[in-house]
Amino acid sequence: MPYRPLSGMALLCALAVGLCAQEKPQAFTNAQIIPIAGEPIAHGVLVVQGGKILAVGAVGQVKLPAGTQVHDVTGQVLMPGLIDSHSHIGAGTGGDGSAPIQPDARVLDSLDVRDASIQKARAGGITAVNVMPGSGHLISGQTLYLKLRTARTIDDLLIKLPDGSNAGGLKMANGTNSIKAAPFPGTRAKSAALVREQYIKAQEYRDKIKRANGDPDKMPPRDLALEELVEVLDGKRIVQNHTHRHDDILTVLRLSKEFGFKVVLHHVSEGWKVADEIAAAHVPCSVIMIDSPGGKLETRDADWRTPAILEKAGVLVGFHTDDPICDSRRFLRSAAYAVRAGMTRKGALEGMTIANAKILGLEARTGSLEVGKDADFILLSGDPLSVYTHVEQTWVEGKKVFDLSNPEDHLYAVGGVGAGDSRRAQLCCFTSAWDLIMAANEGGNQ
Amino acid sequence: MKTSLRLLVLAAFAAAPLSLRAENVAITGDTVYTMAGAPLKNGVVLIRDGKIEAVGPADSVKIPADFRVLKAAVVTPGLIDAHATVGLSGLLNQPQDQDMWERSAPMQPELRAIDAYNAKDPLVAWVRSYGVTTVNTGHAPTALISGQTMIVKTLGREADEDVINPAAMTSVTLGRNGLTVVEGVPGAGGPSAAKPPGTRAKAVAMLRDELIKAQEYAHKREAKDEAKRPGRDLRLEAVLRALDGSQPFLVTVNRQQDIISALRLAREFKLKIILDGCADAPLVINEIKASGFPVIVHPTMQRSYEDMENLSVETAGRLHAAGIPIALQSSYEAYVPKTRVVLFEAAVAAANGLGFEPALASITIDAAKLLNIADRTGSLEKGKDGDVALYDGDPFEYTSHCVGTVINGQVFADGPH
Repeated sequence: MPYRPLSGMALLCALAVGLCAQEKPQAFTNAQIIPIAGEPIAHGVLVVQGGKILAVGAVGQVKLPAGTQVHDVTGQVLMPGLIDSHSHIGAGTGGDGSAPIQPDARVLDSLDVRDASIQKARAGGITAVNVMPGSGHLISGQTLYLKLRTARTIDDLLIKLPDGSNAGGLKMANGTNSIKAAPFPGTRAKSAALVREQYIKAQEYRDKIKRANGDPDKMPPRDLALEELVEVLDGKRIVQNHTHRHDDILTVLRLSKEFGFKVVLHHVSEGWKVADEIAAAHVPCSVIMIDSPGGKLETRDADWRTPAILEKAGVLVGFHTDDPICDSRRFLRSAAYAVRAGMTRKGALEGMTIANAKILGLEARTGSLEVGKDADFILLSGDPLSVYTHVEQTWVEGKKVFDLSNPEDHLYAVGGVGAGDSRRAQLCCFTSAWDLIMAANEGGNQ
Repeated sequence: MKTSLRLLVLAAFAAAPLSLRAENVAITGDTVYTMAGAPLKNGVVLIRDGKIEAVGPADSVKIPADFRVLKAAVVTPGLIDAHATVGLSGLLNQPQDQDMWERSAPMQPELRAIDAYNAKDPLVAWVRSYGVTTVNTGHAPTALISGQTMIVKTLGREADEDVINPAAMTSVTLGRNGLTVVEGVPGAGGPSAAKPPGTRAKAVAMLRDELIKAQEYAHKREAKDEAKRPGRDLRLEAVLRALDGSQPFLVTVNRQQDIISALRLAREFKLKIILDGCADAPLVINEIKASGFPVIVHPTMQRSYEDMENLSVETAGRLHAAGIPIALQSSYEAYVPKTRVVLFEAAVAAANGLGFEPALASITIDAAKLLNIADRTGSLEKGKDGDVALYDGDPFEYTSHCVGTVINGQVFADGPH
């Protein structure tokens, strides 16, 4: 009998659920709560148990279950954990240089869960993230939606869908990033033609499977790449599409209409030029906020007013870091700069949370503080849009994964010697990162 | 923020067409940070013929009837970016607008920023729209000696018109970034002097050799017999100005061993240098302090990789607390953001240990002192240039706007940024 790791996993999960059920409820009281679902609560309480939200409301109106462990968080702001809809933390990879279309490549098979970038994301208040392969291909591979739980292996971070598969999207790109020497396309029209050709193959592949009607003799040979595209055609996998220029944006909308796939536009530097077209197509946008325009020809006209203009046009707007392009630890700046350039505060905070949950198709489980959703939340020292505010704690599914008062977590939050180490080397002859910085701070060099 | 006040400011700008010359301007602020004494509540800054004529509380400074009046919640001196590449590393990031890195040889101190600065690059206006009025810009920390920097106002006219100091510093880079690759350039790999260093030790050896050559050149130039004097050498002349202190080396170093190497080099040649970057500064803070050299700290939000792996948002605060003179900078970015905005870098430093007023000083008066331009700008004092930044709230807050920038009395109304 073949080894079946899933059985072992299932057993572990069952055990874990059992433990969770016995966990005491925890209440976070006297916080200013921004639930995202509904108006802010000046003096609120959040009750969580077993990784889920039991209750949220005003202090005095929420009855605490017997035996609740109470955390008084007076003076802090409590809001849903941030969701980053486009990131490269964990040093993941996708397709290689062999072809422009590689839907079979999975970030899953490449991620380093001990990479420092993941702990830095937790320090930025990020609880869920879409980790993408790069944008140098028309289709660079399967992305992975992760919860930033404490992790030893990639399995600890996965989000399982009801059918047992791992939640994730498909990374596509157009414009100049994926235009290069053969076998890559040399022009925009060729880029679109290659993508159309591939989706037509996927349609035919799907039809063959349908016609086989379960008869193994009539089934086409398995094709890992086409299987993924069929998932996209069936709406099970959302296309997460890198695109900057207004005409490239319209090309994405055109292809999405032709093949009926769900798509999210990423970066959308020139989204402000075609906001009405994006709105009419009911396609969400994930926007990046960069400190200055340019850096590449396609982003010459990037503008901080894009989120405000898209919001006004009725587009669902989320934000992303594209870490390491923007630092996960400063993710809240994105919302703040969008507000600076005219977006509503409500829209900007939703763009960090529930809008991104919708962009990833995870809105049923995270993105707002509502009874029954996952207990993913952060505690802030002040207003989420202030430069002076620090992320003090990050909780994923009822478990604390970052605490600024913990010296090691503080190191990842602010930087310093050791903050870039992906693995703490302790067993042999290395001084630990923390020992080094303590020696630097308090030892001979004071 | 009081919207009405912001509208007032906007109305004030809208009322007059964009002026191309200095105007007589009165700037009133709910809070005026002069950076020369305590902040003023309800302060006024009068600018006549491009220079500051008076600064004081509203009840003590009479605004002449013919002065244009600008109002803002918060008024500061025009901001100074102590180390940038803006004007050389253009917005498009295409070969035709990238002049911050000459790859043909590892040491080219003769390259002048003023011969490359594009005052009309959109990024010059971009940083100005956040209140930056002066930048020390030039060749990027890339090659071992990449070229010279210039100090220039962000007026956006022409380099020669806008310049304060055409030859401020010479950029030296130790560590990984100084180990330049000379790419596809004819002649590369020719004479040994043109080859880039491959290791840290080689880089320092090449620098020492260059400094010694410059000393010998100076000696020969003073030969009694004119016939025995060597011909002019632009390259060694630039190195000589580092030796005599008139145009010091701006030494970009991040790893602690490279910081120590820079200090060792300075001791050997009795150089006054400006340290730059210094991600590892907390590890050698005593040595830096003992040297007396100022530090232009890396951008607070610079990406932490390779030599900058250890950088911390708290380093500026720690150096300031140790009594080391600091300024902040936007530095050089090869990709996006094509330029950082020093206001944002100072904001994050302010919120991470540096504190509000030292952070503001690091991009105004302290930067001016470090750049030797404090007689011209950096604070709001009588006789200085009319360089002012106007904000509708705390300048460091993410959601505040810069509602106007004034340079030499010229009002720039780029809109609220």
